[in-house]
Amino acid sequence: MSIISEKAAGTDQMVTLFEQNKEILIQGSSPILNRMREVSIKRFAQAGIPDFKNEDYKYTNLKPAFEKSYRQELVREAGLINLNEVFKSNIPELDAHLVFLVNGWFYKGNNPGAELPKGVVLGSLDQIANEHPELLLNFLNRQAGLSVDPLVALNTALTKDGFFLFIPKGVIIEKPVQIINLLSSEVDLMATQRNLIIAEDDTQVKIVVCDHSLSPITFLYNSVSEIYIGNDAVLDMYSIQNLHNQSTVVNSLFFKQQRNSSLTTGVISLHGGLIRNNLKVTFNGDHSEANINGMSFTDKKQHVDNFTVIEHSSPNCLSNQIYKNILDDESTGAFAGRIHVARDAQQTNAFQRNNNVLLSDNARMQTKPQLIIDADDVKCSHGATVGQIDEDALFFLRARGIGENEARMMLMNAFAHEVILKITIEQLRERIDELIEKRLSGEISRFHEQLFI
Amino acid sequence: MLSIKNLRASVEGKEILKGINLEVKAGEVHAIMGPNGSGKSTLANILAGKQDYEILEGEVTYLGQDLLQLSPEVRSRSGIFLSFQYPVEIPGVPMINFLKASVNEHRKFKGLAPLTAGEFLKLMRAKKEMLHLDTELTNRSVNEGFSGGEKKKNEIFQMAMLEPKLAILDETDSGLDIDALRIVAEGVNALKTPDNATILVTHYQRLLDYIVPDFVHVLYNGRIVKSGGKELAFELEEKGYDWLKNGNEI
Repeated sequence: MSIISEKAAGTDQMVTLFEQNKEILIQGSSPILNRMREVSIKRFAQAGIPDFKNEDYKYTNLKPAFEKSYRQELVREAGLINLNEVFKSNIPELDAHLVFLVNGWFYKGNNPGAELPKGVVLGSLDQIANEHPELLLNFLNRQAGLSVDPLVALNTALTKDGFFLFIPKGVIIEKPVQIINLLSSEVDLMATQRNLIIAEDDTQVKIVVCDHSLSPITFLYNSVSEIYIGNDAVLDMYSIQNLHNQSTVVNSLFFKQQRNSSLTTGVISLHGGLIRNNLKVTFNGDHSEANINGMSFTDKKQHVDNFTVIEHSSPNCLSNQIYKNILDDESTGAFAGRIHVARDAQQTNAFQRNNNVLLSDNARMQTKPQLIIDADDVKCSHGATVGQIDEDALFFLRARGIGENEARMMLMNAFAHEVILKITIEQLRERIDELIEKRLSGEISRFHEQLFI
Repeated sequence: MLSIKNLRASVEGKEILKGINLEVKAGEVHAIMGPNGSGKSTLANILAGKQDYEILEGEVTYLGQDLLQLSPEVRSRSGIFLSFQYPVEIPGVPMINFLKASVNEHRKFKGLAPLTAGEFLKLMRAKKEMLHLDTELTNRSVNEGFSGGEKKKNEIFQMAMLEPKLAILDETDSGLDIDALRIVAEGVNALKTPDNATILVTHYQRLLDYIVPDFVHVLYNGRIVKSGGKELAFELEEKGYDWLKNGNEI
């Protein structure tokens, strides 16, 4: 059963949608999800859908995306997906523990449990919240609930499902866990997805999340993930966003790190109409490290905005951010990175860099570092560059017989390479190299455009 | 092989080359000497196809073709090689990928199949041995973090891989210590055949102790003001460029 909102435009329409479908939202959901709904919709209603007037959304206006009617999949639909078809859609094929989600719902056909180490839970957030609420109770919405972002509040109000991953103390998952989020619908669709990852002390896991649009309709995809990283745990998480131009994605990641833990992230925005990535890291224990990387490719009228917040709440932690963008045509990009070093977070190392290449005169990039430092014994740095392809390097390559287009491709690949090298899964690194080639040669864009013919 | 007739060129409205004439035949080594700012590097860059210059007049024929109409990549594939005065650092492009692409583009142009990975490595090893190079350079990004000497050695290595018909060495000796200079010069000499030609662009006579030119041309203020045999280089070394500047005797 699906619900079509009469006029799901703007803040009021979202609130109306919530009020009219409250019964359906609550029905079947765990009380730990349901108890957050009312307060969250109120918070959303107060703040409203963000546009340029919201300082945190200065460069991204989400209002136009909400001025449409969308189907909401508030009840699980028993859809079937053709896995062979899916992998033709430029999704990296990995040797991994693989699960699918469709329109925010954990796919029933998944069977990840067999091969996973004992005690690991990978499943539907909806189902596990119902069956084992004790696993989620102390974690769900503990980070997201502090956010002032209206889209995060809206997510909490509307969410029905997502994935849940629990890794008990001391467990190492050798193979990567690959989560493929598919968007598929006959009519314009708004999907809401809520994910939770709990990696207990001394655990290790590598996670690859792939977002894909499969049908030629307008998608509005609002996803929130909370990730808890225990003492001495190592967690690597990569996102590959590859959606067509009629997709709007708001993807919020909240990481909380305990003592002596390590986090590596990479958000690769390959393709999409409008992508907003929120990423927050909170150091909740000393001697932890976070390497946060992003690479985006935009052309036509695409827009990618990366908004990061690093909360250095504990001493002796290191954060290192590298974000890069290659922008063509009339596309626009933004990077805003906030680093807050709390008063007691001495011996903090916090670094941030944002490098951008504009391939056309009409592409625009906005970059804004923000350092708030309340401790006195810290090392912080930030830097940003916006430039063009290095003409001297281009001439050098051409003077060695390499054609102009190929030389340009080589230089763009080289620019992205620094970020790709940070990926700790070798097979993923190779797949992404191929995907970047396909992106820069226009093949991925053509693949998406074919859908609409 | 190469024929330059009355070449005039400017950059940003300033005329740098004011009528160059030069004939280079297969098997010959030409040295172009001159003080800073005389137009030596401009000439080398124009021959390789750099597009920052405006050609005002004149023509350049290379193997019967109008060279100025060709793109830099086609010039390279046709056998022209510029050893850069300042080789560019390209972080993120592995030397080996770059070289392989370059060699295979040259092969494609000649109608040859691309080299397999094995064949390519074998070719690389042979050229390294020939030039007495250590293997480290090829494991890194193009010129990234290379010393001045390493960059120049790397240029000669690329030259060895591509086996050009016409090599233009732009100030290849600048910034080299005597050992690096010897390696570079020996490389150039080893690559010399009766079928190819070399143009050495240099400020100092020093390089000519190692690579003996057949002709020496003195470029001054955008013109070749004097041409002669290798003895002209010694004369220049002795008397300095001031001899030309003041010198009315040309």
